[in-house]
Amino acid sequence: MALLETRHLKAFYGDFQALYGIDTALEAGETIAIIGANGAGKSTFLKAIAGLVRRPADSVLFDRLPIGARSAADIVKLGIALVPEGRRLFPSLDVEENLLVGAHGRKLAGPWTLDRVYSLFPILKERRSQAAPTLSGGQQQMAAIGRALMSNPRVLLCDEISLGLAPIVIADIYAALPQIKAEGTSVVLVEQDIAQAMKVSDRVYCFQEGRLSLSGRPRELTREQIHDAYFGT
Amino acid sequence: MTGALDAVIQGILLGGLYALFAAGLSLIFGVMRLVNLAHGDLIVLAAFIILVLAGKLGLDPFMAVLVAAPILFAIGFALQHVLLNRTLGRDLLPPLLVTFGLSIIIQNGLLQLFSADSERLRSGAIETASIALGGGIAIGVVPLLTLLSAVAVIVILNLIFYRTALGRAFRATSDDLEVAQLMGIDHNRIFATAMGLAFVVIAIAALYLGLRSNFDPTIGPARLLYAFEAVIVGGLGSFWGTLAGGIVLGLAQTIGARIDPEWQILSGHLVFLIVLAIRPRGLFPRALD
Repeated sequence: MALLETRHLKAFYGDFQALYGIDTALEAGETIAIIGANGAGKSTFLKAIAGLVRRPADSVLFDRLPIGARSAADIVKLGIALVPEGRRLFPSLDVEENLLVGAHGRKLAGPWTLDRVYSLFPILKERRSQAAPTLSGGQQQMAAIGRALMSNPRVLLCDEISLGLAPIVIADIYAALPQIKAEGTSVVLVEQDIAQAMKVSDRVYCFQEGRLSLSGRPRELTREQIHDAYFGT
Repeated sequence: MTGALDAVIQGILLGGLYALFAAGLSLIFGVMRLVNLAHGDLIVLAAFIILVLAGKLGLDPFMAVLVAAPILFAIGFALQHVLLNRTLGRDLLPPLLVTFGLSIIIQNGLLQLFSADSERLRSGAIETASIALGGGIAIGVVPLLTLLSAVAVIVILNLIFYRTALGRAFRATSDDLEVAQLMGIDHNRIFATAMGLAFVVIAIAALYLGLRSNFDPTIGPARLLYAFEAVIVGGLGSFWGTLAGGIVLGLAQTIGARIDPEWQILSGHLVFLIVLAIRPRGLFPRALD
């Protein structure tokens, strides 16, 4: 039984439909990657799971529990945390406050404490009392991941965590992923960088214009298949 | 020279009252970007609640406000949860219209219940007590308590906002409502708590309003105007700025009155306009938008 499952997931922004029946499954301990062109619905998919966009009640199941009607604030308490696209740290809070606010709705006991996040990203400890906007892009991304971990999630949803960062910084951030997984957290990555996504994930889903165009294990997929699923040729 | 010094001292003390009027307005604007047009009427409503409690329970107004504060917290929490949260969104107009309507309802409701007669909170000898500073200058005990209360309110609000988990949630929600929800913050509850807190500040403002002058159901809008001017002069989103704004307004009015008694109110408005023209974001702005 999958830990997190979407069943024919549709999502809407007002009258505009962004997702047309997406079926996915995330097993406990797994990392899956969602790839696809801009506007394919990848971020909407994560927002629909996290409760930020309207979706049918029974279209998202977490531990067999339908969570489609739950609010975003409830969903994080159940154990699903989202690292939003563009980091979106709270600008008037310092780094440590950003991390602490991540534990605001914490209902779950778990490994992630301030000290544990600081040991994962030591630079954040050095910058703990700086205002969030003064951090570099990579440090902000680390803080955004740390903030999400502070809720002790069983599933971590990561939206474009490599966007706009230098390759060396991306490597630093992805180096943290095995440690996060080792604490028992399953991961859903939305990633523009296909090579990176293929390298770290157990399974890949490709979206195209709000529909699932391909899924499979990275080593079983050919370049041509991915190209066709990505661009729709 | 003594006259000028006295004007400055009395102006600063008057500023304490305006800062109290403004602190609640500043708080709710800071957390939820809500401009509460009923703020002045809510201060008057709170003054009537204190008056009734003091009368029925035979309490001094200073004790009655302690009873009124939790009641007002509950009213504020419920008002936000049941009514005002529904008006918040991208459009700024609904909360303005609803709080404007609320202002009319409160004024007319109070007129029905209490008539248009002026009322006053009575606290015995303290009302007229003063401390002589020498040189012919004396300061009233109630005005001094008003200023000290304003400073205490600002210090406590700052402690709540910058030293507690609740304050962190207030600031996070103010920064980014959507991401705050991803942190497990129930924004409706946070907004209601902020409004409840603002109502406690309103209770304190009402106490001094009623001790220092007469009040009747129709004086709310003028209190709103002073509060609004103090917030704008001080800079949006900064509590210390709000205190400074209140004092600037108090000074302007008192000094204006010394030049010509008819200039008292006008001077306050003129200083507000000058600050708005020179520093549209106020003297100590904090909010980024």
